[in-house]
Amino acid sequence: MTGDAPLSRPPMGTLAFWCWAAAFTGVVYLAGRWVTNDYVFFAGYIVLQYVLLATAWNILGGYAGYVNFGTAAFFAIGAYISTALNKWLGLPLPVLILAGAAVCGLIGLLMGGLTLKLQGVFFSIATLALAIVTQALITNWEYVGGAAGAYVIRPSRGPLGGSYVEYLFYTMLLLATLAVCIARTVERSAAGYGLAAIRDDEAAAEAAGVPTMKLKVATTVLSGALMGAAGAPLPFFVTYLDPPSAFNLAVAVNTIAMPLVGGTATWIGPVIGAVLLSIVQEAAMVTISSAVNLLLVGLIMIGFITLAPNGIMGLLRGRRR
Amino acid sequence: MPISASFRRAIPAASCSPAVVDKRSRGKRAWKGKPNGMDPLLELLLNAVVAGLLLGAFYAAVAVGIAIAFGMLDIPNLAHPAFVVMGAFAVWLLNDAFGLDPILAGILCLPPFFLLGVLLYQAYYACFESRGDNALQGLAFFFGILFVTEVVLILVIGADYRTVAAPYIGPNWRIGGIDLPLRMLVPALVSLLMIGGLHLLLTRSFIGRAILAVSQDPLALQLMGASPVRTKRLAFGLSIATAAIAGALLIIIQPVEPSIGREFIGRAFAVVVLGGMGSFVGMLMAAMVLGVTESLVATLFSPSWAPAIAFGFLLPTLAIRAGGLMGRKL
Amino acid sequence: MAALLDVQGLGKRFGGFTALADIDLQVAAGERLGLIGPNGSGKSTFVNCISGTLRHDSGRVTLGGQLLDALPPHQRTRLGLARSFQLPRPFGSLTVAENLRVPLLYAGATKLSDAECRERGMALLGQVGLADKAAQRPRELTQIEQRKLELARAMAAGPRLLIADESMAGLSNAEVDEIVDLLLRLNGQGVTIIMIEHIMRAVMAFSQRLVCFVAGRKVADGLPEEVVRNPEVERAYLGE
Repeated sequence: MTGDAPLSRPPMGTLAFWCWAAAFTGVVYLAGRWVTNDYVFFAGYIVLQYVLLATAWNILGGYAGYVNFGTAAFFAIGAYISTALNKWLGLPLPVLILAGAAVCGLIGLLMGGLTLKLQGVFFSIATLALAIVTQALITNWEYVGGAAGAYVIRPSRGPLGGSYVEYLFYTMLLLATLAVCIARTVERSAAGYGLAAIRDDEAAAEAAGVPTMKLKVATTVLSGALMGAAGAPLPFFVTYLDPPSAFNLAVAVNTIAMPLVGGTATWIGPVIGAVLLSIVQEAAMVTISSAVNLLLVGLIMIGFITLAPNGIMGLLRGRRR
Repeated sequence: MPISASFRRAIPAASCSPAVVDKRSRGKRAWKGKPNGMDPLLELLLNAVVAGLLLGAFYAAVAVGIAIAFGMLDIPNLAHPAFVVMGAFAVWLLNDAFGLDPILAGILCLPPFFLLGVLLYQAYYACFESRGDNALQGLAFFFGILFVTEVVLILVIGADYRTVAAPYIGPNWRIGGIDLPLRMLVPALVSLLMIGGLHLLLTRSFIGRAILAVSQDPLALQLMGASPVRTKRLAFGLSIATAAIAGALLIIIQPVEPSIGREFIGRAFAVVVLGGMGSFVGMLMAAMVLGVTESLVATLFSPSWAPAIAFGFLLPTLAIRAGGLMGRKL
Repeated sequence: MAALLDVQGLGKRFGGFTALADIDLQVAAGERLGLIGPNGSGKSTFVNCISGTLRHDSGRVTLGGQLLDALPPHQRTRLGLARSFQLPRPFGSLTVAENLRVPLLYAGATKLSDAECRERGMALLGQVGLADKAAQRPRELTQIEQRKLELARAMAAGPRLLIADESMAGLSNAEVDEIVDLLLRLNGQGVTIIMIEHIMRAVMAFSQRLVCFVAGRKVADGLPEEVVRNPEVERAYLGE
């Protein structure tokens, strides 16, 4: 019954998926050991960062239908927590990532607890406002450079040998793979069905026994934590962090555009969207200005929302039928 | 006047916020020891409150479009502040090229903006509302429009700050120790006039009452013989048209660059939600409260905190109103 | 016999409007109760208050001796109170089978395995005659099939009490009979059922007992034949 299989159940066994994920990560890792040009790691890092962000966004936005416009806030908080802890205690990167994830998860808990009782649109507006207020807070936080920004020293060598950028790339590879695995697990567990029910009809979901509030808040925490983890390595990647670069509007737009372009119903959609859109942008960056580049992303996003609401995956499935 | 850090860096002190200007001029007065019979702290606070009221009146002009679109029509038009900025630039073009008065230019922009709103609603209706699933997709749609508008403005006009010239930009009335800068006072009065006019239109005219009816009960409206879609189209056109005037007021008050609209999203929605979703009186009061609070915080602490205040209003409002709203529509 | 559902002094106001005033109602285990009343008499508000979608202002509601008042809807569902919606509200992005999977996963007292879920779901779909549509989307179903799905989803929660809220509006006579048969069968399996309905033929064929609401008050409660002859009920339906 492949042809009629619901969107939420692509025909692949769980064991097979984990094997593929492990094999993919391993192959990319081994391939990376051959590469000597750091540009490949820079470009690859950006792609993987977007895979991670788009997947994190989609767990809440795609599965539950709650649109988070505040990705930039979670991302930037992850980056600044990491900057601050690095300056204060000089902790190793994995610990910084955990700390960024923990703080962002907590913010997700607060935001979710306060606003998720309402219709989704109020949550969305609150997240939009969160991005603006967080930027105001961080601009006033002198310890991490305030409005002027701060330099972060990037070690020249990574702990695994190779350059530090290469190490950052592997870290991001691991995080992105982990996020995709989490997304797929959520999608296929009871939570996945509960979230789909919430997205389709919240009152009916509640009547069917789904603890909607608890599930939504838990998902917001998970999604926020993953976004925080995505931001934590950023200071070492850019080496100079200031509010405008951390709160880049491109991050917020891309994170929403990518799942919508790829398709929000399954874990593969955001991955496809992230890889596709970040490669398009990387290629366009060389030839045209960054403003035109952003315009392109915005127009592609609007095009997909209006003409292909189920994204590339929806188009593919439609054709197969 | 709330100003982001980047704004503060980009703009010379002369065009800074009234609160900042107040502080500076007060310092000067105190230093000269000019006697005017008022306690300096009291004078400072009074000035901040008046500046906040004027500012709040302007916020209401931005929020009124959202009160119509979101509060009455249930259309989450996140892009409204971007249209306000677009209005500001249209006014700037007319002012720069023909020396037209900014407010007159804003009025001239009403028809094209109304048309833009009609077209945008048509697209929104065809793609989302008629399909029935307008929550996720509709929000992302308007977010995309917000973003694209901003980028197009940067590409067409550039990322520089623009200003307009008008006789009321610059002069300052002083009444009993209270500063009334005309570039704040005139926009505030125009805003109140516009909101009053809209209120009359909505309560007195047939189309206005149809708009109010569509916000209450689309089915009943249909039974009355008016088409809900056509009514909503008109109302949304009206809501976008207000952005032309709000844009004119914005560029009178402060220099404008394309991404400045973002600063008003949180404020405008906070005002609409706090004011009770679609009530003009509530919205006006909420805008005044926000304006005064921002002005006081800017005077007593720092203007860079101002954007945080709208959020401080919004979050508790959403949390407290949860029960009521949930009872109405889950 | 102890009542399964015990409603005492239930009241609900919207602003100044009294939607429900001081409703007392007991439903015995295994009973088939019909609830009628003109539009706006408070039937839907009553269902929403019992199932937890709305919070009532006064009175108390218990199910099998357990107080429901402070519980959110999903916990009431887990305690055995299921409802169908007036207009079918299926989960549109899920298949028919998956629509049942949601309550099977969430509302049951015990955690079901994947295979058990599928088996229980298919059994329920077989019962309502939708087994061959299991892989379809709700929007591909006909009107009556959607009603059946709505009832099957409520049944998948394993309820002791099922509230069927106007599950026959807009159906043909033959289809109405089909739904009534279905509800009678479910009742035969031991499920207590409250049927809220405008179609008198269906109500009279189904109910052991009939309750009538007028303007937020219970005006009649008794044997169906007696209730329809009650002058207050007649006045409400026929006008004065």
